[in-house]
Amino acid sequence: MVPLNWYLVLAAFIFSCGLYAALARRNAIAALMGIELMLNAVNINLVAFWRYGEFVERLEGQVFALFVIAVAAAEVAVGLALIISVYRSRRTVNLDELDLLQG
Amino acid sequence: MPGLDALPFPLPTVQQVIFILIAGMTVTGALITALAPNLFHNALGLVLAFFGVAGVYVLLEAEFLAVSQVLIYVGAIATLITFAIMLTRGMMFGRTSSTNRLMLSTAIISALFFLVLTGLLVNVAWPEIGAELAGSEQMIADLGEMFVTTYLVPFELMALLLLAALAGAILLARD
Repeated sequence: MVPLNWYLVLAAFIFSCGLYAALARRNAIAALMGIELMLNAVNINLVAFWRYGEFVERLEGQVFALFVIAVAAAEVAVGLALIISVYRSRRTVNLDELDLLQG
Repeated sequence: MPGLDALPFPLPTVQQVIFILIAGMTVTGALITALAPNLFHNALGLVLAFFGVAGVYVLLEAEFLAVSQVLIYVGAIATLITFAIMLTRGMMFGRTSSTNRLMLSTAIISALFFLVLTGLLVNVAWPEIGAELAGSEQMIADLGEMFVTTYLVPFELMALLLLAALAGAILLARD
């Protein structure tokens, strides 16, 4: 079998890519994509620890991962609706130009 | 074969070769998502990464999760993101840079995060072999049963959350 290490390093790399995209990208949709990448990395970790853990028959890792997928779907729907709404009123989706709350 | 025995590391098994291929695909997708300046290329890289993660789930013998991943992430979320990119089209080919002024420090932080995490991870003696599974059909049946017994309240709350999110999304996105 593949050692557990490999899955964890892969998940760490995907998480780092997502972190960079979420923090450094100017476009709001690109930042949202980074958040999706981070959620996927966490899911890989959950399932990998479930598979290599002691209580394989209890399926907790898979249940958690399914809940994370459902929350991610809800989050992306609301996030994109917000982005489209902001685009309608401000004609931009650049995160550093959205400073309505800055006094 | 004396040549193969003389290698300093053990030859990878078939599963490990498949893992390396899938991981390469996922890493490529993640890198395209994070680094490509064109927003549409980002979305395509994201689809590649989602497919790679589904492959990782298959390798981990979580078939139901792999199918859910393809259905929800590739089928729904990637399509939704592509639609949003097309609806906010004016920003796709701007002359301004695709990154903000935090770019350099964020790149350093992300790289350090990955390096520190990897350095920690490879030094722990993780288990190399998982326990035997009962078989995938039995596992999916157990999963369904758990959702209506042990995890009934979270499951119902999830339904409520999805309903509220859909209503909120419609309310926000209409004129």
